[in-house]
Amino acid sequence: MKLHRVSAIVLRQFYLLRGSPSRILPMFAWVAIDIVLWGFFTRYLNGVTGEKAPIIGTLLGAVLLWDFLTRVMQGVTMAFFEDVWSRNFLNFFATPLRVSEYIAGLVVTGILTSLLGLVAMILVANLVFDLSFAAYGLALLPFVLVLFVFGLALGIAGAALVLRFGPAAEWLIWPIPAILSPFACVFYPMSVLPGWMQVISHLLPASYVFEGMRAIVGGGGFDMATAALATGLALIYLAGAVWLFFSVYRIAVRSGLIARYSAEAVS
Amino acid sequence: MLPVLSVQKLSKIYGDLAAVDNLSFEIQRGEIVGLLGLNGAGKTTTINMILGVLEPTQGTIAIQGHDVSRAREAALSCTNFSAVYAPLPGNLTVEQNLRVFGMIYGVANLTRRMGELIEEFGLAAFRQTRCGLLSSGEQSRVLLAKAMLNRPQLLLLDEPTASIDPANAQDIRRHIVDFARAQGGSVLWTSHNMYEVEDVCDRIMILSHGRILLAGDPKTLPEEHGKATLEELFVEIARDLAPRDLAPVAKP
Repeated sequence: MKLHRVSAIVLRQFYLLRGSPSRILPMFAWVAIDIVLWGFFTRYLNGVTGEKAPIIGTLLGAVLLWDFLTRVMQGVTMAFFEDVWSRNFLNFFATPLRVSEYIAGLVVTGILTSLLGLVAMILVANLVFDLSFAAYGLALLPFVLVLFVFGLALGIAGAALVLRFGPAAEWLIWPIPAILSPFACVFYPMSVLPGWMQVISHLLPASYVFEGMRAIVGGGGFDMATAALATGLALIYLAGAVWLFFSVYRIAVRSGLIARYSAEAVS
Repeated sequence: MLPVLSVQKLSKIYGDLAAVDNLSFEIQRGEIVGLLGLNGAGKTTTINMILGVLEPTQGTIAIQGHDVSRAREAALSCTNFSAVYAPLPGNLTVEQNLRVFGMIYGVANLTRRMGELIEEFGLAAFRQTRCGLLSSGEQSRVLLAKAMLNRPQLLLLDEPTASIDPANAQDIRRHIVDFARAQGGSVLWTSHNMYEVEDVCDRIMILSHGRILLAGDPKTLPEEHGKATLEELFVEIARDLAPRDLAPVAKP
């Protein structure tokens, strides 16, 4: 893998962001709106229940971490969509650029843009709603890491689907976080779900993160085995997503899709 | 001497359709070869396979001795391309696009190289202009500047002068000829402009249904087949003349 080629992919995204407020704004705007909305909601609940810390810590923290996962995924898919919208695949893949270098460029872009969003989220939550992440202690790091890896996996898998089914498949990608959220147990414990939903929840690394987060806030401590399981699952998803992208790319080169990628849908 | 491009028994089959059918040819250093044919004859399919973005059903392609399927990175490092249907991202400026692609090719002294090409292709006034805002002619010049970034040994040009005015087209032809004559670069050029092909190419290959129907010097080929001009010869082929009708005319 050549660093200069990965850097070229990242630089392209930087140029796009630098010259475009309409690309920069969404990195912060939706995050801020979510935090404000849920922040006032938890403030209202505080008044009703009188138990300030657990509700703020659980709900607002969950919103923040779920938004982070969504931003990571969208950071990768948005970077990929820029090449879809500008029909740039032929230009890129007719060069010595490797698929692994291209994916690495998307991932680095996703990391940078989502970290910016995360900082904004933490600042708003802290300044406006006095939410401190000190309550989670060092456990926050593995939580963030798992969501981060899982978000990358979703982003790469989403990009692979759009590459396979054409630009029209874009609409399939945006709702993925919303579809997963009931199973990820963002706002409630896994035990409230019916059996079949719990089976799916057990397969999602994010559900272990939110279960773990609630356990810590509730005074149950940090379960290393659960964190390790979530990390392992997230890495499996990441490996699977990269494999999927490579497979789709090979199909696209065989069928000629890379060279004529502009059709609405290609079977 | 090792050919810059060697294509051997190349085929691309889609179901029952042979888009390219057992094609073999070579291009030597400094040679400009025209690839002609009707729409759907297999020109772009051939170029896409040479660029490694389309997998051949069978056959081999080697650029500077590097097999495209086995040593893709080495093969594509010494080539580049320009095609009207593959414009550079319109939301980046000329300079940004050249920098991004220069980095992908690992061009040494990139800023200096970009400066040379911007000067050579008359793009100084558009340095900070987004490519999507440029005219067709200006975009073609940017594409060509991009194609020259890595000083390729093989340049693939798919209708580089399509839809641009005669003055810009002449300018582009001048750059290509200079690339081949002065720098020893090799060019595979597709075009529907017979005047252009006759003017620029050392050799042409006329494709039909994925096969080479005729090949030779564009200046002598029409006469050899009893036609006054290359365009007349091409039109005859376009009317689906059987190969025997195109047999060389016996010389007195």
